[in-house]
Amino acid sequence: MNVFKLSWKNLINKPLSLVLSTTLFALGVGLISLLLLLNKQLEEKFDKNLAGIDLVLGAKGSPLQLILCNMYHIDAPTGNIDISEARAFLRPDHPLISDAVPLSLGDNYRNFRIVGTTPDFLDLYEAKIEKGQLFKMHFDVVAGANVARSLNLEIGDTFFSAHGFDHEEELEHESDHPFKVTGILEPTGAVIDQLIVTTTPTIWMVHEHGVQDDATMHEGEEDHDQGAEDHDHEGHDHGDGDHDHDHEGHDHEDGDHDHDHEGHDHNALANMYQAPLESYVDKQITSILIRFSARNFRTLSMQRNINENTNLQAATPAIEINRLFSLMGVGLDTLRVLAWVIVFVSGLSIFISLLNSLRDRQYELALMRVMGATRMKLGVLIIIEGLMIAVLGYIFGILISHLAVEYLSDYMQEAYRYSLTGKIWLQAETWLLGGCLLVGLISAIIPAILAIRTDISETLART
Amino acid sequence: MLATTGLEFQYNRKTKMDFPDVLCGRGEQWLILGESGSGKTTLLHLLGGLRKPQKGQIVIGDTDITSLSGQHLDIFRGRNIGIVFQQAHFVRSLTIQDNLLLAQKLAGMSTDLGQVHQLLARLNIEDKANDKPHRLSVGERQRASICRALINRPRLILADEPTSALDDHNCQEVIQLIKNQAAADEVTLLIVTHDNRLRSQFEHQIVLNN
Repeated sequence: MNVFKLSWKNLINKPLSLVLSTTLFALGVGLISLLLLLNKQLEEKFDKNLAGIDLVLGAKGSPLQLILCNMYHIDAPTGNIDISEARAFLRPDHPLISDAVPLSLGDNYRNFRIVGTTPDFLDLYEAKIEKGQLFKMHFDVVAGANVARSLNLEIGDTFFSAHGFDHEEELEHESDHPFKVTGILEPTGAVIDQLIVTTTPTIWMVHEHGVQDDATMHEGEEDHDQGAEDHDHEGHDHGDGDHDHDHEGHDHEDGDHDHDHEGHDHNALANMYQAPLESYVDKQITSILIRFSARNFRTLSMQRNINENTNLQAATPAIEINRLFSLMGVGLDTLRVLAWVIVFVSGLSIFISLLNSLRDRQYELALMRVMGATRMKLGVLIIIEGLMIAVLGYIFGILISHLAVEYLSDYMQEAYRYSLTGKIWLQAETWLLGGCLLVGLISAIIPAILAIRTDISETLART
Repeated sequence: MLATTGLEFQYNRKTKMDFPDVLCGRGEQWLILGESGSGKTTLLHLLGGLRKPQKGQIVIGDTDITSLSGQHLDIFRGRNIGIVFQQAHFVRSLTIQDNLLLAQKLAGMSTDLGQVHQLLARLNIEDKANDKPHRLSVGERQRASICRALINRPRLILADEPTSALDDHNCQEVIQLIKNQAAADEVTLLIVTHDNRLRSQFEHQIVLNN
């Protein structure tokens, strides 16, 4: 029958009051801890995804949207840009730019974005191949760690993409060449975990086919011929030597159109779009992620120049993200204040419930003095009751917040391409325990002093 | 065993109480009779170390408890004095058994469940050991409070109107129990009461008339 057991028995002797105080406390703690977890993890993710990128080039529109779309893969693109306009920035010998990574967006597979880019994209996020190899041919893809895990993708798997960013059956490019998984990336904790990466021309081809198919339908031409024409055209562009071979593949009067088509594509793929991207002046991409070789007034004026004198838009990720955080910050601050108000109220509820139970128990306390309890022991008893409520509230609060984040993470992953986890422990949460104990202590201190001051004789004589 | 000399107590300037000297030997059983307001309860609280007298000495065994202070007095009381009150109060959140264990613990003794059950059996309420106090009848509660007074094998048992809330039948039963148990442990017993039903039961009596 030690003092902890006695405190505990006293608490559970008034279950409703215990539940009320603990629930209030847990709510406050849960909210604070939830904010800590989200804030910490979001900031971490945002920072990680900055990936040293100094500038994002894209179509005119909202700079924040440009950043969110091309760096965080949350928002829709602001539009596409012509390579003819952007080619200067893709030049490997640009004096100010050390890395320029082109992105082409527009397709998804089961809600995971397919990004047409160059192998440099992987280096931005320091992503390494875990299994298989990098894309060598068009329509080869490397899948981010989370994509592979969520969709159970293995090396050699094939799939068809869908147009847009939300998976809808009717938007699937049925007749296209399938994508083939050639590699799977190690987890990086960055947004690339949520992406499917392929070559830039792959995105062009997926959409060219779609458009051409439609056009053909309207013109009433045969599918077969259209396919041949298409490839003819491409071959012509590049002075492709395998031109004849293509035609041979096509001449088969095979009833199985799809089969034929695919076989044909495959042979052609290796030789299409082999020149550097900047030579395809009639094509478009979505954006270019740029790292400067050094930040100076020339890079600053370059951004201003682009925005003032071209059809392109240049946005600085760090600035836009800071703007976003300062916008969200107001809401977060409000929530934080609310959380502390709840903690304060729960402290008040502990105080009131202890004071009430003290009034009921005054005779008991006097009795315990008669039995040999010292004044201090009674004080300690009451303080421990206060601390117990605080610790209980803390435990429940932490449980609630961590479970909530774990639950939220599924939703976040789908909506924002962020994987959160509730299975982490923050230093701040240890401090939070200290704060909770302090609130418990302060709430219990007046009742404890009253208990210490109880006059045995008077209390006992009052019956 | 118990010796008081020249006890005086004052609640305020108007009401000053003097108490006759009390001298009880080991194992003796005394009755202190007095009407309401005669200072019975005050005397009992003085003897139990719950209040300090303005003047006089109270020696229990060979300790002058008026010279003890703070926690020394609390611990001395817990170990040497058992008190039975008019109404038997317990720590409500604990079972009878836990209340007795708590009494051992608070007095700084080691807890001994066997002893608790033995004592409950002696007072015929062992079957109530795991009940909360409010589930017991008035008589059972009074017996349990006698158990609590005896649990630490005190030298002195003080009882404050232990029978005044009881009917004749229970009154006889309880008073016999207290007397028998005190005698069995050779504990000095001092009962403060205005209950005249007890007069015939005690050979040592003091009458207060403050």
